[in-house]
Amino acid sequence: MTADSTPALVQNADADIDGRAPAGPTVARDARARNIKVYLQYVAAKIAGAVVSLFAVLVTSFFLFRLIPSDPVKQMTGGRRVSAEQLQSLRHQFGLDQPLWKQFTSYVGDALTGDFGTSFQFHSPVIDKITEALPATLLLTGTAYVLYTALGIWLGTRTAWRNGSRSDRFNTAFALTLYSVPSFWLGLLLIIVFSVGIGPIPGMFPTGGLESGGETGLAYVLDVAHHLVLPVITLVAVGYAQTLLVMRSSLLDEMGSDYLTTARAKGLRDDVVRRKHAVPNAMLPTFTLMFVNLGHVVAGQILVETVFSWPGLGGLFYQALSVPDLPLVQGLFFVFATAVILANTLADVLYPLLDPRVGR
Amino acid sequence: MVTRVPPPSAQPRSRMRTLLASGAAALALAAGSIVPGMPVGAAPQQAQAADNGKTTLTVAVAQSVDSLSPFLAQRLMSTSVHRLMYDFLTNYDPKDNHTVPGLATKWEPSADKLTWTYTIRPNSKWSDGQQATAEDAAWTFNKMMTDEGAATANGSFVANFKKVTAPSPEKLVIELKQPQATMAALDVPIVPKHVWEKVGDFSKFNNDTKFPIVGNGPYILTDYKVDQYVKLKANKSFWRGAPKFDELVFKTYKDQDAAVAALRKGEVSFVAGAPALTPAQAASLKGDKNIKVNEGPGRRFFALATNPGAQTKDGKKFGDGNKALLDQKVRQALFLSIDRKTIIDKVFQGHAVEGQGYIPPRFSDYFWQPSDSQKLSYDPDRAGKLLDQAGYKLKGDQRVGKDGKPLDLRILCHATDPNDKAIGKYLKEWWGKLGIGLKVDCRDDVSVPWYAGEYDLAFDGWSVNPDPDFVLGIHTCSALPAKAKESAATDNFICDKTYDELYKKQLAEYDPAKRADIVKQMESWMYDSGYMNIIAYPNAVEAYRTDQIKSITTMPEAAGNIYGQDGYWSWWSAVPAAADGKNGSAADSGGSSTGVVIGIVVAVVVVAGGGFLLARRRRSTAEERE
Repeated sequence: MTADSTPALVQNADADIDGRAPAGPTVARDARARNIKVYLQYVAAKIAGAVVSLFAVLVTSFFLFRLIPSDPVKQMTGGRRVSAEQLQSLRHQFGLDQPLWKQFTSYVGDALTGDFGTSFQFHSPVIDKITEALPATLLLTGTAYVLYTALGIWLGTRTAWRNGSRSDRFNTAFALTLYSVPSFWLGLLLIIVFSVGIGPIPGMFPTGGLESGGETGLAYVLDVAHHLVLPVITLVAVGYAQTLLVMRSSLLDEMGSDYLTTARAKGLRDDVVRRKHAVPNAMLPTFTLMFVNLGHVVAGQILVETVFSWPGLGGLFYQALSVPDLPLVQGLFFVFATAVILANTLADVLYPLLDPRVGR
Repeated sequence: MVTRVPPPSAQPRSRMRTLLASGAAALALAAGSIVPGMPVGAAPQQAQAADNGKTTLTVAVAQSVDSLSPFLAQRLMSTSVHRLMYDFLTNYDPKDNHTVPGLATKWEPSADKLTWTYTIRPNSKWSDGQQATAEDAAWTFNKMMTDEGAATANGSFVANFKKVTAPSPEKLVIELKQPQATMAALDVPIVPKHVWEKVGDFSKFNNDTKFPIVGNGPYILTDYKVDQYVKLKANKSFWRGAPKFDELVFKTYKDQDAAVAALRKGEVSFVAGAPALTPAQAASLKGDKNIKVNEGPGRRFFALATNPGAQTKDGKKFGDGNKALLDQKVRQALFLSIDRKTIIDKVFQGHAVEGQGYIPPRFSDYFWQPSDSQKLSYDPDRAGKLLDQAGYKLKGDQRVGKDGKPLDLRILCHATDPNDKAIGKYLKEWWGKLGIGLKVDCRDDVSVPWYAGEYDLAFDGWSVNPDPDFVLGIHTCSALPAKAKESAATDNFICDKTYDELYKKQLAEYDPAKRADIVKQMESWMYDSGYMNIIAYPNAVEAYRTDQIKSITTMPEAAGNIYGQDGYWSWWSAVPAAADGKNGSAADSGGSSTGVVIGIVVAVVVVAGGGFLLARRRRSTAEERE
C-alpha cells in the first residue's frame, strides 16, 4: 500500500480524533483501543438493527400474503373433482380453519425454531423446498453476479478514464441499451440464435433446464456448465450496466483530485495511477452496490429462470404466489429478505474498514 | 484542476487486456459447448438410438410435478404420470371413450344396484415381481376412506362407498350407500399394498424417496428431479404389451416459446400446449417438414355463466348479483346477442368449435345439440324484443328497467387469460348496441368475488371427463356452500329442483343408453335456462416431430389430443421413427461438428493470446510495477 492510497482503519489508528500526530506509544495504544471500542459498538448496533429487521420481516410476511384476495384451497384444486368435504378437510389440514391470531402465533413460534411449515401444493416442508432450489439459484445468479460485477467495474474504470472518448460513449450507450432490454426477450433471442441455430450459426447450447439428466462426475459438471452459459449471458448482459455507471461516475469524481496529480508528478505511469490510486478510492460507492446486489442473488430471477426453465427459487416463488401457497411464500419471502438484510449488515460492518469516516 | 486524459495510443496494454477478456469470455462459451460425448447441436435425450440402442421419447410439459403420490397429486402433469405408473380398475377406449378393462377384466352390479363386483386380472405384476391382486385395490380404497391425508386428491370417488373387501385375490367387492352409475369410471390409481402400507403420514409422503417406484402400469418411474424432469422406462411385462419406446421423459419447460424452440431443435419429441399452442406458434411450426401440428377437439368448454342469485344450502341469499339476471328472458337476450362465429374466428383464430351443449362433441355418447327452434343463435333484434318484454326499454342509447335504473352489468374475467379480455371487448360492443352497459372486471384470482357471489356474469370453463357425472354435479343444490362466501363444490350457485331430480336419476341409471338420454335432458334444461352459455370448445393444439415419432394414438382416435388423455394410449402406443437407429433430427445436421470446431478454434486463439500477453507482462519494467 502506498502513502497516497486510501487510509484504512489501521492507518487511521495512528491519528487521534483531531487528526494530530500521536504523542507517544501509550496515547497511540489508547487511541487504537478507543477506535476498536467505537467500531465494536457500531457493529453491535448494526447487528441489533438487523435482528429487529428480521423479526419485522417475519411478522410482515405473515400478513402481507394474506392480503392477497384468494382461496388457496380452491385455487389448488381448481378444475378437479373435489367434494365440499374434501375442501373442508384440506382447509383443516392447512390450518386455514383456525382463527387468524392462532395461525399467526403458531407461525411465529414455529418460524423461530426454523420450521416454516409444510407447502400446501407440494406437501413437503418449506425448508426442504427452499434447500432443493437454492443451489440452482446460487449457481445461476452467483455466477452472473461475479461476472457482471467484474465486467461493470472493469468497463466502468475504462470508460471513466477515457471520459468523452468514442469508446466511452459507445460502451456506456451499449450497456444502457442492454440494461433496457427485457431479460426474457433477450433470453428467448439467445435461445433462437444459439440453441436452435440460425443461418450459419449452429445450435450450440441446450434450450433450457439445468442438466440433461443421467450424467455423473466431470460429464455432469460440464453438462451443467453447458446449460449455464445462455442464462448467465442473459443476466450479465442486462446487469452489468448498473455497476459500470456507478463505477464510472465515482471514478470521474476522483479524477480531478490533487493526489492523482501528485502521483503523476512522481512520474508514475498512467496505468498505475489509475489502478493503484484512483480506483481504490472510487470503489467505495461500487462496494455498496456490490453488497446490495449480493443480497438479491438469493432471490433468483423469475423471468430468466422461467425462460430457461431453471429450477431455482425465482420459479418456486412464482409457483408459490400463484396459489398462494402461504407457508412456502412466507418462507421464501423471509429467506429473500434475510439475504438482503445480511448483505446490507455485512456491508455496514465492513465499510468502516474501507472508509474510516464511517461509523464514527 | 483539469485532469489530462491520456490518448488511447498511450495505453497499448489496455487493448491487449480487452482482447484477453473477450477471449476469456469466448473460452467460457466454448468450454460450455464442448461436452465430451455430447453432440453440441443435439440434446442427449432425443428419440434416437443412443449408445445403448435405446429409444427415448421426450415430452415438453409446462407444469412441474406437485407430488408423485397418487393420494396427493392435483396437477394434470402428475396425474398423467400416475396413469402411466399405476393401472386403474378400468380404462376408456381411445376410439369412443367406452369403458374397457384395466386392472379389472369384468365388473357387474348386484340386482339392488348397491354392490359392485370386479374381477381382477391374473396377469398384472408389480415391477418388483409381486402379483397385483384385489387386495391391493381394496387396500387403496379403504385407505382413502379411513385416512384424511390419503383422501386429499381422490376422496370424492369413495364418498359414496360403504365397504370395500377382497374376498379372494381376483375378487373386489364394493358396497355403496346409494346407487352410483360411475362405478366403471373410478379414475383412481391402484397402488401396491406391500409398499404403501409402510407409509406413515399420507398427507406428507410424496413417493419420491426410492427409485424405481414400484408400479404395474405401462411405464416404471426410474428418476425424478424436482422442477426438471421425470424419467420412466417401459414396463416390458405390462399385460397389454410393452410400450414401443424404451424410455419416456417429461421435461419441464416453464416457457412455451422455449419449448417450441426445443421441438424445432429436436431436443424434445413433443410439445404439450398449456393448454394449447398459440395460433402463432402453431402457424410457425406448420412450415417445418419434420413437425406435425396435431389439432383435435378439446375436452374443455368455454362458457359464460350468469349469477342466478348466490345462496347457501339452506337458502340464505348473499352476494350482489344483478337482479335483472334472475329473469330468464334477460339471460337469453344476452346470449342471443353473442356472435359465436366471430369469437371462434377472431379470438380463437379458428382453433375452436362453436359451442352448443354443455358436453363437448368428443364425448359422442353425451353430446347434445339444441333443435332449430330451441337454438339461441346470434339475433340482436330478437334479443332487443326479449329485453322489451322483460321490462327493459330503450331510452336514448340505454336500457332502463321499471325502476328507472339503467341496465349495467359486470363480468368477471381471468386476468391471465387473453381470450377473456378479447371476448370482453366484443361483449361490450354487442351489448352496448342493445343499450346494456358492461364492466369487464379482470382479476388474477377470480375465486374470491365468485364464491362471495359478487358478480353478474363470469367467464367459465371446465375440462370434461368421459363420465360427465362430476361436471353435472357442480350445478346441483347439494354443491352449494354451507356458509355464505365459503368456497364449495358449486360452479355458480345453480340450484333447481328439475335439474337435481334429473341428476339423481342419471346417477342411479345403470343402462348406458338410458343414462345418456337423461344427461341430454339435463343439458337441454341448462341451455334453455340461460344460466350457462357455452361459447366454444377450444381445440387441443400440440405438436410433435415426425422424424422421432412415427405414429401415436390420439383420443378420440379419429381426431383428438395426445397429452392429458383419459388413459395411457398416446405414450403407450407411440412408435419410434427410424427404427434403424438413424435419427433425422434437423438439429443434428452440421450443428455438432461445427460447434465443436468453433469452440476449439476459439480456445486455441485464447490460449495463444493469453500466453503472448503473459510473456509481454513479464517484460514490464520495475517502474511500471512500482
